[in-house]
Amino acid sequence: MKQHNEEFVRKLDLTSVKIRKHIIEMLYRAKSGHPGGSLSAVEAIVALYFHHMNHNPKNPKDPNRDRFVLSKGHAAPTLYAALAECGYFDVKELLLLRQINCMLQGHPVCTHIPGVEASTGSLGHGLSFANGIALAGKLDKKDYRVYVMVGDGETNEGQIWEAAASASHYKLDNLTALIDRNFLQIDGNTEDVLRLESVRDRWSSFGWYVLEVDGHDIEEIIDALLTASEQKNQPTMIILNTVKGKGISFMENNIDFHGVPPNEMEYKLAMKELDTVQKALEATL
Amino acid sequence: MNKKEMANPRDAYGETLVELGGKYRDIVVLDADLSKSTKTILFAKKYPERFFEMGIAEANMISTAAGLASCGKIPFASSFAVFATGRVYDQIRIDVAYSRANVKIFATHGGISVGKDGASHQMIEDLTLMRVLPNMTVLAPSDAIQTRRLVELMATTEGPMYARIGRANAPVLYKKEDLKDIKIGKGLVVKDGSDVSIIACGTMVAQAVDAQEKLSQDGVSARVVDMYTIKPLDEKLVIKCARETNAILTVEEHSVIGGLGGAVSEVLAENGSPTKFKRMGVQDMFCESGEPEELFEKYGLSTPHIVKTVKKLIK
Repeated sequence: MKQHNEEFVRKLDLTSVKIRKHIIEMLYRAKSGHPGGSLSAVEAIVALYFHHMNHNPKNPKDPNRDRFVLSKGHAAPTLYAALAECGYFDVKELLLLRQINCMLQGHPVCTHIPGVEASTGSLGHGLSFANGIALAGKLDKKDYRVYVMVGDGETNEGQIWEAAASASHYKLDNLTALIDRNFLQIDGNTEDVLRLESVRDRWSSFGWYVLEVDGHDIEEIIDALLTASEQKNQPTMIILNTVKGKGISFMENNIDFHGVPPNEMEYKLAMKELDTVQKALEATL
Repeated sequence: MNKKEMANPRDAYGETLVELGGKYRDIVVLDADLSKSTKTILFAKKYPERFFEMGIAEANMISTAAGLASCGKIPFASSFAVFATGRVYDQIRIDVAYSRANVKIFATHGGISVGKDGASHQMIEDLTLMRVLPNMTVLAPSDAIQTRRLVELMATTEGPMYARIGRANAPVLYKKEDLKDIKIGKGLVVKDGSDVSIIACGTMVAQAVDAQEKLSQDGVSARVVDMYTIKPLDEKLVIKCARETNAILTVEEHSVIGGLGGAVSEVLAENGSPTKFKRMGVQDMFCESGEPEELFEKYGLSTPHIVKTVKKLIK
């Protein structure tokens, strides 16, 4: 049920374009990193940080804040760009991603990047970590929520299923997980590497409430996040149907851009495509 | 020391958790289907809302503990040493050590005295595995009284920590008041002597004390050091021993590679110490099923082995 006004949605779409431009710029400058899985995660992270979550960049350690854990840590550029745009740190820091003596590490680290909740990068940990936050919230009778994004390939990891069972066992209805279902991992299509389907049935059978949305439709994501918040006695998994490399024509569904940054020509092309989209969106506002 | 008095460090751990649980409301305890053996069940009975049974899923337990710590909880996560370290090394590395999470991993059933369960359950690499992790503090209490004191210090000292105790009853070495001033990062001289320093940890401290008594009857003056902190190592004490006694022997219920012996040898080598030095522990091998005493005898960790090794070392 879509009920948001057009302008509100266009503004968030515009934010998504800005985040994509940051991602391309960061990866081009860093000369390393993961474009594909960063670009597929954009709309969900924008929906969380620029609309849905209760958080305060001026007080990153507010005990009552909602938390977001990026379990697929290689999408760090998306998280960093969102945090910078929200005001957790200077946007200029983004250009120093992966450089020596700089804050932004190749994968998220919670000890010295404001707004980063968990150190990730080794796949499979984040859902368990989010469970810990959710358990603490229940224990302290706080009404914050925990969000965690996992990659689809990441659910090859056994620990994900330990955590899936645990979240369900402890009835963690203050936890919403999102799976970036882009169907690609480094060695190929997820169904060829290690079959995941039916993703919906797997999570349902573990006792989760499962929603499925177009992972690039900000309205659908926002509505699903709201529906998830209202669930009682069970955690929710939102399947984000996404496109790896989304937003850059030659990166979309192209596994070569899992972990390879754009070269100069690709960088210029990508920025040009994003500029075009940005201008079209701005014209509607 | 009354040699007849025995106590189980696992009971001490469980009972101390209960005591601290009343004092510190942020303490939470996690276990992976071994709470009856690790004795965290005592906490579970007293504070069920703060006890999390994680099932046979140790990786999830460690990362969940880190999540709890990120919200200000003080989680104690327990299992057997073999499952609490090697099985979950990556989770400890990233979520606990790298993240400087205030997680306390407390392992029981360390070493070969696990006995009849065999090599699969006899953890002899954990001190090495935990010691190499940046930010990690590594402890090995030697008796039930020291276990109590160190669990208190773990709860009240910020930072990632690992502690290991054995399965079996252990001779009581200390009175409570002996340990009121001990600190993490220090070792303790249990018996003074001038011919040799026996630096031991965990279950081997009691064996070293026995050896010291026998050596004394044979005219050898042995110093016994309880090196309950493996990391950060009390380097000053090691160097002091090197200067004041003619030889150093390390004894641990652990592989001779990378644990207490490894740590002490690094300090001695880098300080150019000419002191004679020998590591006692399990050689580079897996052991087997058997009674603890049989295993100590066969794999070279009994009191007579210590006595013999000291005599050979100081010849």
